[in-house]
Amino acid sequence: MPGEPPTTYDAADSVVGLARTLRAAGVDAGPERVHAMVQALARLDPGRRDDVYWAGRLTLCAGVDDIDRYDRVFAAYFGDRPRTLIRRRGLPAAQLRLVQAADAIDGPGTGDEEADNDTSVAATASRTEVLRHRDIASLSASDRAAMHRLLAAFRLRGDMRRSRRTRPAHRGTVDARRTLRHLMQAGGEPVRPAHRDRRERPRRVVLLVDVSGSMSSYADALLRFAHAASHRDRGPATEVFTIGTRLTRVTRELAHRDPDVALKAIAASIPDWSGGTRLGSLVKEFLDVWGQRGMARGAIAVVLSDGWERGDVTLLGDQMARLHRLAHRVVWANPRAGRPGFAPLAAGMAAALPNVDDFVSGHSVAALERLAQLVAGVRTDPRAGKRAEVTYA
Amino acid sequence: MTGPADLAAALDAQDYLADDGVATAAYLALTMHRPLFVEGDAGVGKTALAQALAGALEAPLIRLQCYEGIDAAQALYDWDFPRQLLHLRAAEAAGKGDDADKLEHELYSRRFLIARPLLQAIETDPCVLLVDEVDRADDEFEAFLLEVLSEFSVSIPELGTVRATNPPVVVVTSNRTREVHDALKRRCLYHWVEHPTFDREVAIVRRRFPTATARLVDEVATAVQQLRKGDLLKPPGVAETLDWTDALLALGATRLDEDTATRTLGAVLKYREDHERVEQQLGGLAGMLAGAANAW
Repeated sequence: MPGEPPTTYDAADSVVGLARTLRAAGVDAGPERVHAMVQALARLDPGRRDDVYWAGRLTLCAGVDDIDRYDRVFAAYFGDRPRTLIRRRGLPAAQLRLVQAADAIDGPGTGDEEADNDTSVAATASRTEVLRHRDIASLSASDRAAMHRLLAAFRLRGDMRRSRRTRPAHRGTVDARRTLRHLMQAGGEPVRPAHRDRRERPRRVVLLVDVSGSMSSYADALLRFAHAASHRDRGPATEVFTIGTRLTRVTRELAHRDPDVALKAIAASIPDWSGGTRLGSLVKEFLDVWGQRGMARGAIAVVLSDGWERGDVTLLGDQMARLHRLAHRVVWANPRAGRPGFAPLAAGMAAALPNVDDFVSGHSVAALERLAQLVAGVRTDPRAGKRAEVTYA
Repeated sequence: MTGPADLAAALDAQDYLADDGVATAAYLALTMHRPLFVEGDAGVGKTALAQALAGALEAPLIRLQCYEGIDAAQALYDWDFPRQLLHLRAAEAAGKGDDADKLEHELYSRRFLIARPLLQAIETDPCVLLVDEVDRADDEFEAFLLEVLSEFSVSIPELGTVRATNPPVVVVTSNRTREVHDALKRRCLYHWVEHPTFDREVAIVRRRFPTATARLVDEVATAVQQLRKGDLLKPPGVAETLDWTDALLALGATRLDEDTATRTLGAVLKYREDHERVEQQLGGLAGMLAGAANAW
């Protein structure tokens, strides 16, 4: 605009630039939102910093997590040097991969050369069977690809609960509306009463995946499991959080259908990959921010962790008790429990156990299958105890 | 209304003290004809905003309380079957049951239609529609709500399409028990309501209870602000502050001392663990109140 001092910028350009910077910072500020902000600015005073701030915050943000990022980006973008933040955020181009374990542990018939000769269905089946029970931490690169295919086929379904919605049924309470409709069709003559009954819906499943250093050899596989689990056909979505040194909600990142793309998105979004563990305070954070409001209520909470706790163990015990009171069932899957001679000695594990309904291993595909069955409410072994049950694969 | 400041003044007249963010959000919702999606901790005044907005606009407030299992028949419209049936029998008794077409036309007329909140809001002009606690409804309902909120029209197969002449002002609240679908949020302006600052909280309590002494209000607000910092399971909201003041006034208190505070603490803290934590971490009520009393 001629005649104006060079310090004022064109509003539309500034908005687009701000939105681009926000997107780089991880806020999903799409074109529709940008359009809304331009509309909002037209109704306010674009010369006032406060008005610009609120116009952007009200239209570009979609959640409380976005607001923090928005504040930072806004301050930087409209600060003294508006160009400094327009660069992409320096994300580490981290690729999630399993720690390469020594191939020497490989059992017979799993090497690459033999894999080429495995043409008969039977051989392939038995190979898959071996793979299903192998400890994930000991897999070679080629086996890992096969395991990824196994994991991708997973479906995790919550235990059923009765919902408040009803459906026509042969028994149950009388459906007054349908009965009356039948009556009207019959010209007011009495007909047989129609019934309705409560529908059943799967419960929400909440996965807390430990991505700390001690779990690094399992984290990739467990997140793939979480990815497969979060893509279920109906019912409330499975919520997935990663815990390490901080709590990150990765449900949105896992929404992509392709597991590799989804895992890359997670790598970019979690800053605490292979760090330490603060289980207690993170379970507390989960309960404070999400769980107590309703996400954990009546849900099936699954903690995938080895129970190594750096922080205060009593805090973890207290928070697990809180989770246990909120959730329908608490399942703890510990990959280390698959090792022969395992006893839950990690201090965090011992503190958590009294408030865990099912304790299972999670070290192999077969063990994860069993976990999925437990979550769906199927008990494979009716004699198995309810609490502190260790399975050996 | 020419700007957020005007609206803030109008809300003020309704005894709702809006800060810059709330006023701007509400102003934009009014002028952009977009629903306002309000999130925040329980008891920060999300529902009160819609009530005050209705008062400021001198429009009726139509409230749709969401719950699990809510469906179109409870949110949009329903046919009054018992009355239809009565009408049918009455027509038969009067010997007018021969003309089937005419009878059916009568049965599915507006007089037998029960308008539920969403249809009421579309038919009432002007009005404020409050969709309360949308996170409690299940996701199927969200998709349905999205459809109504984007078109502001309802097609009733037996009757035809009802369209709003002027879209109502819509306030959608959520306690964030689950993430509401992005498609719904995209249609809305989003506002996160924070707990009020000390000064604003004092002003809110004074406005509601003009008879309370200045000292009592100050001490209650100080105590509540401290409780919010105290890492509790359920930090008290403004609603709890008002409840607490109300309880203290009922006991005839003019200041907050340890005795009255202990007896009325149940109005602010609703968890046993929180009561314990106040004892342990905040040095007990006495310690907490000492800071507030020092100012006087």
